[in-house]
Amino acid sequence: MLPRRGRTPEEPAAFEKGFNVTTQPVVELTGITVEFPPVTALAGVDFRLYPGEIHALMGENGAGKSTLIKALTGVYQTSSGTITVDGAEQRFSGPGDARAHGISTVYQEVNLCGNLTVAENIMLGAAEPRVLGGLHWRKMRRLAAQHLERMGLDIDPGSSLDSHSLAVQQLVAICRATVGDCKVLILDEPTSSLDADEVESLFAVMRRLKADGVAILFVSHFLDQVYAVSDRMTVLRNGGLVGEWATADLPAGELVKHMIGRSAQVLESVERGHDAVRPDAGEPRLQAIGLGRKGSIQPYDLDVYPGEVVGLAGLLGSGRTELARLLTGADRADSGGTVVEGAPRKLHTPRAAMAQGIAYTSEDRKGEGIVDGLTVRENIVLALQAERGWVRPLPRRQVDEIVAKYIDQLGIRPADPEALLRNLSGGNQQKVLLARWLATAPKLLVLDEPTRGIDVGAKAEIQKLVSELAGEGMSVVFISAELEEVLRLSHRIAVLRDRKVVATVDAEGTTTDQVVELIARGNVAEGDAA
Amino acid sequence: MRQALRHHLFWPVAALVVLVVANTIAKPSFLQVSVIDGHLFGAPIDILRAAAPLLLIALGMTLVIATRGIDLSVGAVVAVSGAVALEYISASPDPGSPVTVLVAVAIALGLSLLLGLWNGFLVTVLGIQPIIATLILMTAGRGVAMLITGGFITTVTSEPYKGLNSGFFLGLPSAVWIAVGLFVIVAVTVRRTALGMLLEATGINPAASRLAGVRSRTLTWTVYAAAGLFAGLAGILVSADTMAADANNAGIFIELDAILAVVIGGTALSGGKFNLSGTFAGVLVIATLERTVTVLGISPHVTPLFMALVVVTVTLLQSPRVRERFAVAALRRRPVSDVARGGAAQVSDDGAGAPASPGTEAPGPDIEQAPVPDAEPSAAPDDEKEVTR
Repeated sequence: MLPRRGRTPEEPAAFEKGFNVTTQPVVELTGITVEFPPVTALAGVDFRLYPGEIHALMGENGAGKSTLIKALTGVYQTSSGTITVDGAEQRFSGPGDARAHGISTVYQEVNLCGNLTVAENIMLGAAEPRVLGGLHWRKMRRLAAQHLERMGLDIDPGSSLDSHSLAVQQLVAICRATVGDCKVLILDEPTSSLDADEVESLFAVMRRLKADGVAILFVSHFLDQVYAVSDRMTVLRNGGLVGEWATADLPAGELVKHMIGRSAQVLESVERGHDAVRPDAGEPRLQAIGLGRKGSIQPYDLDVYPGEVVGLAGLLGSGRTELARLLTGADRADSGGTVVEGAPRKLHTPRAAMAQGIAYTSEDRKGEGIVDGLTVRENIVLALQAERGWVRPLPRRQVDEIVAKYIDQLGIRPADPEALLRNLSGGNQQKVLLARWLATAPKLLVLDEPTRGIDVGAKAEIQKLVSELAGEGMSVVFISAELEEVLRLSHRIAVLRDRKVVATVDAEGTTTDQVVELIARGNVAEGDAA
Repeated sequence: MRQALRHHLFWPVAALVVLVVANTIAKPSFLQVSVIDGHLFGAPIDILRAAAPLLLIALGMTLVIATRGIDLSVGAVVAVSGAVALEYISASPDPGSPVTVLVAVAIALGLSLLLGLWNGFLVTVLGIQPIIATLILMTAGRGVAMLITGGFITTVTSEPYKGLNSGFFLGLPSAVWIAVGLFVIVAVTVRRTALGMLLEATGINPAASRLAGVRSRTLTWTVYAAAGLFAGLAGILVSADTMAADANNAGIFIELDAILAVVIGGTALSGGKFNLSGTFAGVLVIATLERTVTVLGISPHVTPLFMALVVVTVTLLQSPRVRERFAVAALRRRPVSDVARGGAAQVSDDGAGAPASPGTEAPGPDIEQAPVPDAEPSAAPDDEKEVTR
């Protein structure tokens, strides 16, 4: 199904460079398959982790990174494949069992008790010292202080965890994970909520642990960080293994290509869905000037013209979604402003944006899109009705007309207005969401990952719809993890990297290679940027 | 039949019928309604009259629960409202005048509305959890009522005020007219306007509703204000019945009865879908149950236990999980030949499995998403984690 490039005969020299080949991997996964019928989340993935290395696990959204971690720590049962730890085959019953065998995991969200002290958080449940059946509090503080010192953390073990910054809490979580016999430390996106200095102190701790011989499995969406700290990387895509490389041997551009899949040549041949020339209409429909939000996205400028599709390209966590949320009032900007058709407008709530004809479908379809307990009909008219207020219900006949129109136009199945939305497939739920916004006749439609997780047919239909809407004069901001899709649908593309818009380029004449380069490096290759 | 079983009104109505039958067996004249002086008298009328305050409170409670909230303070509001009205009347020079009563009612309702707005403020603006926010007024409200009454149980004689509860209009007690009338008006308004749908959307998915432009905060606030107002009206009915401003005991535990009525009526405490007709039936079940205790001559010592047993039975029968078990058990008990008859068995199988399944979370990925090899497998559990971040 996928190119299995890992450990082909011509490659071993590359990835084993700098490692003692005679060293036994501390963890070795062979042919791991995890299935959630009918979906295969991981298909025959091999993975090895050596003592004293920092190994980055790379892949886009849904590539199977977390699944691999959960298979290793026993959260998920594997349907085939073996897990070997220190040469002995293991099958863990859960994270606790894995931890007892020296494999600790620290997740992105800090899973600690903020109301307890640092010392309690580090020691409790792991190796708390006891005396006469009770806790030996003094000894516990002393031991905790030792562990903190080992990590280079200078904080009072008796202080409550809440009183520290998120970064320190994250380090405390790591400290907790390394108490006892820790051979393998899994860090699942530990840096996503940290700023640059905090990341540095985390890296210092990671390097220290590495020097102690701990094997670290590191997951991050920030390429810079991966290159700064990792020794080797394993790339997954769509639940399959792409390969394993020494970090030094894999340029960022190559890595991004491996993560996204499809070589540039294949992408080149994809036909553009509509006229690539940007419609020439004087006044932008929406202008964002220095729009930004601290900790979410750095201030950016963006113009969207009538009839134009602006694509946002970037890896997960690059700020694609955050950019869109500021444009649509889903989040409140703390700097900059927006101009709608020449007039400055505040878009501080979704309602305010709607009043300006701006509609937004969230990438989180279940959490922020559909109202699953309501019917197709109610979901479609929800935004329109909300705009009118509860006092003036839409006449039933008009509702039926609107609903029938969109069920027909978008091919929503089952074509039953009274079906509960939770009983529809993902693709059809997405269509209902689109219908909800199209019913409000927006001038600017912001679509965040509208094609993710839906079947190929529905995907093509939605792409076609976007093209048609733009042809009718609607402005569209289109976000997708698939570069191919963004390039094909957009007139212009804003490229994001590490929560910053790094370039805006015309889609016409831009190759996927160039976009990949922009995503990977953050600068323009041949000066062909707009 | 299967459809009737699944209807949300089935179990509350069935419980009501069982109660009425039990009462009629114990006392054959139970359902008898006689006309005296053009007024209707009899057990059913008494039950309706006694149920009036609870009906009003359960009405507000249903709407609050639909928004994922709860209002524990309504019992205290009952006490405050009754105390204010009666104190005003007793202090006025002319307790018997309709004008005095009208002003008293207006003051009491105004204050109740304010208390409801206060609850709404805590919940929507300050973001306090509804159970805590309304707990504040639940305790403080009784204190306020004590303050108003000065710690005494003020008894008042005022014919017009008394008439608000026990007066008759077109044969029925005025309390019944007030409560049922308001209930019907609100129920119709909620469904004829878009209020019901928007409340349900807010209750089911607040984040999605906000992005869809629903004024969730205003709606939720309005609902708490309405619950306060309805509780105030209930307080007037309660105090007009006893004609005594009792800060400690007026409306005591009525909030729990109201929550119970809502649940019996088939509205989940988790919010979202609500049905007022179910609440109406739930109120009748509770009111009839209280009457049943006297009719059956159950000792006062075991009354709470008896009521609890009935309530537990009804709520268990309402629970989707229990119903699913029943359906499965029923299917197993069926003779093999029946099941083997293909088509028929297929239908019954669907009927048993389907009603409960939409609510239950499928383990792992969404089944409806076909495993397309090259598509983004958002169905993979990996994705779920990343999306919810």
